[in-house]
Amino acid sequence: MSAAPVETGSLRCSLAGKVWLAGTPRAVVALEDIELEVAPGEFVVLIGPSGCGKSTLLSLVAGLEDITSGAIEHSGRPVGPPGPDRCMIFQQTSLYPWLSVADNVTFGPRLRGMPKQERRELAARLLRSVGLAHAVDQRPGELSGGMRQRVAIARALAMKPEILLMDEPFAALDVQTRFKLQDHVLNVWRESGASVLFVTHHIDEAIALADRIVVFTATPGRIKEIVPVDIPRPRSPRDPMFHELHDRLLDLLRDEVDRAFAEQERLGA
Amino acid sequence: MANVNQTDAAAVPTLTVPSAADALRRQAATTTGAAAPSRVRRALTTAGWSFASVSLFAGLWELAWALDLLDPLLMPPPHIFLRDFGEQAKFFDTSNIGAASSAPAVAVLTTILATSLRVLAGLTLAFLASLAVGVFVSYSKLAGRLLLPTLTLLAPISPVAWLPVAIFLFGLGNGPAVFMVFIGVFFIMTMATVSQIASVPTTYLDVARTMGATRRQTLRRVVLPAVLPGLFLVLRLNLFAAWIVVLIAEAVGVGSGLGQIVIQARNTFNSSLVFFTMTLIGLTGFLFDYALRVVQRRLLWWEPAGGLA
Repeated sequence: MSAAPVETGSLRCSLAGKVWLAGTPRAVVALEDIELEVAPGEFVVLIGPSGCGKSTLLSLVAGLEDITSGAIEHSGRPVGPPGPDRCMIFQQTSLYPWLSVADNVTFGPRLRGMPKQERRELAARLLRSVGLAHAVDQRPGELSGGMRQRVAIARALAMKPEILLMDEPFAALDVQTRFKLQDHVLNVWRESGASVLFVTHHIDEAIALADRIVVFTATPGRIKEIVPVDIPRPRSPRDPMFHELHDRLLDLLRDEVDRAFAEQERLGA
Repeated sequence: MANVNQTDAAAVPTLTVPSAADALRRQAATTTGAAAPSRVRRALTTAGWSFASVSLFAGLWELAWALDLLDPLLMPPPHIFLRDFGEQAKFFDTSNIGAASSAPAVAVLTTILATSLRVLAGLTLAFLASLAVGVFVSYSKLAGRLLLPTLTLLAPISPVAWLPVAIFLFGLGNGPAVFMVFIGVFFIMTMATVSQIASVPTTYLDVARTMGATRRQTLRRVVLPAVLPGLFLVLRLNLFAAWIVVLIAEAVGVGSGLGQIVIQARNTFNSSLVFFTMTLIGLTGFLFDYALRVVQRRLLWWEPAGGLA
């Protein structure tokens, strides 16, 4: 790699790869030769056919899975075990149903012994930032799916992460809720200054959010193309540039989805 | 509920857009709060049907007696075996004949209490021990490999088969009865703990990991709260097994308690006393389950227990 100074908070994947069940006859290559640099504060969306390894890449960055080739560096150092500097927001509800909304949000700070009063204030502030100030004392079970994901975002923010990893966080939500939550994510991203790696299946969502969109190929997952999004925010789906980009991404993806299906049929036969 | 939502939707367009959907949810939630009176009504309805059910059963029994289909010596109907409480209660008094005996009602209550405490002690010990062993086995690979096969082999042995062991180990008295309850519940609870721990959602654990939780913190703040409701349900389902076992233990080796009264009634061919004691056992068992249900709802409210709530 070049000798350029490494910025704090930057993320660099060099020839990163992941093989499931490595060394066994059933080994599956999930990711191969991933070259990707994410600048501090950058919003990068990963898009690609199902099973292309987008989520795997997030798990590798989070440290939840071990890399099998290449390297992933955060602020110039190889990523280690999971840590609060790289916080993950999961697709499924991951709130603890036995804790109140406020206690969920401050779960991490509590582990480090933050005093009660301070936790209370932190929770109130973070919940306000995702528009849920009124929900402090509610239980996760009383919230809608969209509200729960906002609590999960607030919980991640409580760790002051440098990188936010979002694995299809809105997959289970309806279209309207999804739009509102995209606004929340953009606000949170701007205010926190964290960089974001965001996995989605939705082209529109990718264009609405990203600085750059990384398109993955089907199995094994590789980067097919990195598409910068130069449309000024806020982006309207009615913008002709939006349409143009949408069509281009659709073409890129369609090829890959066709390939993925052909592959599945071949394996099935 | 759908209707409520729609009318509310018409009423709140002035709210800021991001929270409009949430406001609807909240309103829906407060409306459920207002449904408290209907909960009372539901409870009354349940009680009414329970009463009707028991009455029907007792009524048929009485009818069979009235039609002379049942021999009152062998199968005395409820009005006979419940008629003379004082007469029946006499048999519960275990103090020496001729000594100044306590009031019959007190003797009945003491007997019920003795049996209940044995069940409670056995259940509590089994719950704590199975939780500890289950966690140990799940968290230590070596312990799992060494202990699980034996536990799996011991689990299907009927607790009744342990009775001689209980008496060898503890002699007579409370010891064997508590031990029997313990054995009757311990193995199945341990297996349940292991399987519950194995099925804690991965995201729960991943969240804790990314927050930097230590193993101990994960165990205490994530795994335990995640498994407790399920375990408590298993405990409740095994409560009846515990009651069966404690009666057997009392009948054989303790010398007091409801089980001993049943055996005494059998030996003296006192069928009224048998049915009287059975009624007491049934009521106490029901109250036990009810108490556990309340504990479950109060302390472990986050996991609805399905139809058993």
